[in-house]
Amino acid sequence: MSDVAVDNQGAGSRSIADWPPIILNLVAFVFGLAVWWAITAAQLVILPGPAAVFQRAIELIANGQLPLDIVSSLQRVLTGFILGVALAVPVGFLMGWYRVARALIEPYVQFFRMIPPLAVIPLAIVTLGIDEAPKIFVIFLASFLSCVVATYQGVISVDRTLINAARVLGATDRVIFPRVIIPASIPFILVGVRIGLGSAWATVVAAELIAAQSGLGFRMQQAQLYYDLPTIFVSLIAIGILGLVMDRFLQAAERRLTQWQERV
Amino acid sequence: MTSPQTNAKISFQNVSRRYGEGDRSFLALDRLSLDIADGEFVTVVGPSGCGKSTAMNIAAGLTDVSDGRVLVDGKSVVGPGPERGVIFQQYALFPWLTVRQNVEFGLRIKGTSAAERRRISDHFISLVGLTDFADALPKTLSGGMKQRCAIARAYAVNPTILLMDEPFGALDALTRVGMQDQLLDTWTRERRTVIFITHDVDEAVYLANRVIVMAARPGRLHKIIPVDLPYPRTEEMRLSPEFAEIRNQVWHAVYHQKPHVDLHIQEEEPLT
Repeated sequence: MSDVAVDNQGAGSRSIADWPPIILNLVAFVFGLAVWWAITAAQLVILPGPAAVFQRAIELIANGQLPLDIVSSLQRVLTGFILGVALAVPVGFLMGWYRVARALIEPYVQFFRMIPPLAVIPLAIVTLGIDEAPKIFVIFLASFLSCVVATYQGVISVDRTLINAARVLGATDRVIFPRVIIPASIPFILVGVRIGLGSAWATVVAAELIAAQSGLGFRMQQAQLYYDLPTIFVSLIAIGILGLVMDRFLQAAERRLTQWQERV
Repeated sequence: MTSPQTNAKISFQNVSRRYGEGDRSFLALDRLSLDIADGEFVTVVGPSGCGKSTAMNIAAGLTDVSDGRVLVDGKSVVGPGPERGVIFQQYALFPWLTVRQNVEFGLRIKGTSAAERRRISDHFISLVGLTDFADALPKTLSGGMKQRCAIARAYAVNPTILLMDEPFGALDALTRVGMQDQLLDTWTRERRTVIFITHDVDEAVYLANRVIVMAARPGRLHKIIPVDLPYPRTEEMRLSPEFAEIRNQVWHAVYHQKPHVDLHIQEEEPLT
């Protein structure tokens, strides 16, 4: 009896649970592709199949349009995102560290957080024109709001004993801030930065749908006019892949910067 | 105002601490007066709410007094100072710094040169037996090792007083006994004045020159029990009849406290 049980778990019959995750990822990817191909090949829906989309991707890369769109979208995202984070981190620290600053700023932050950044687009276009400024502003707003709250949360949740420990070792507020508060709140800030990048990326595409002359969102808008489904697919896939790549970069940075954390 | 002269290293003079205001306030510490001599090892035991941590935080300069004062070397305590090292129950190591960087934290603030920092941290890291872990992050250390690192960190800024708030409270019984011997060993070699808070009667007797027993509601001094056993303390001593006798005294003082009579009258009067 027990022999059988041992055999079941032995090398003889490897179950799917033993497969490395990367293989499972690949299986899922191939399966998804196959389903997509099957549905479109059987003409169950009027959508381009993998082959048509892949061919269009090659064309768009070859004539330089896809790289150009990617560059303009990324430029907007990164400009708005970096400006947003650069302002959010000091403002978040200010809010966490000084009661007065918190009481003055928090109502505004909480209020604007309730307004989806996209809802600001019409106003931004009217007041800032239709060039880069309104799009960057909206992205800036989206990343600022999600990052400022995380930073502020990070500062107020710094363990009091760590602050006391620094104080009894002779640290003044001026020392405690850079040497205790900042490092202790970095994990929170990085979570905020990741959420911020996510909302910045979501916002740029939508902003380009409304008003732009280039970018992945704009390309989809154009393709929609000409019923060019493969181009829409290419753009969507590019948006997904780029978002994923950026998030992975931040994840790697997070792991490096917070390797001192005890993970449960 | 002239201050009463005292030769004590630390002198609590009528120290009271009240938390909250009006009807909802409570007296955490009621007129504590206590002198601690230079180089003395004093342990403080008492039920929860006896104000032992409050007293220590006041001496550390982390909590203000409501009344009275604490003198250290004859000077009133205002805020933390480098002559008073504090060791917390939760270790309070900076998790993003290595053992060595933690130990050097206070020295870095003082502006000690890198070479000197290194010399001092080497000395105290080896004193607590963490030489092999000098470059490890706190998350890789056991509870006992973390507390040893915290002790080295407190020693590194060369305080004349060590204030320890249940430092071994989170450790298992076996580790705790080892830590007690190591602490006494360190204390014998690097003599400081120590106030050590604990809820463990054995630990209180084993470590101390004097055991301060406190009572709760309001937190106050109950009894001072001298421990006339020589150092170094040993395992045989721990099992000796003399030790048992003192232990009984302390146990009795902690667990058979009479309720505080006038307080009860005060509390009950409004009801009748």
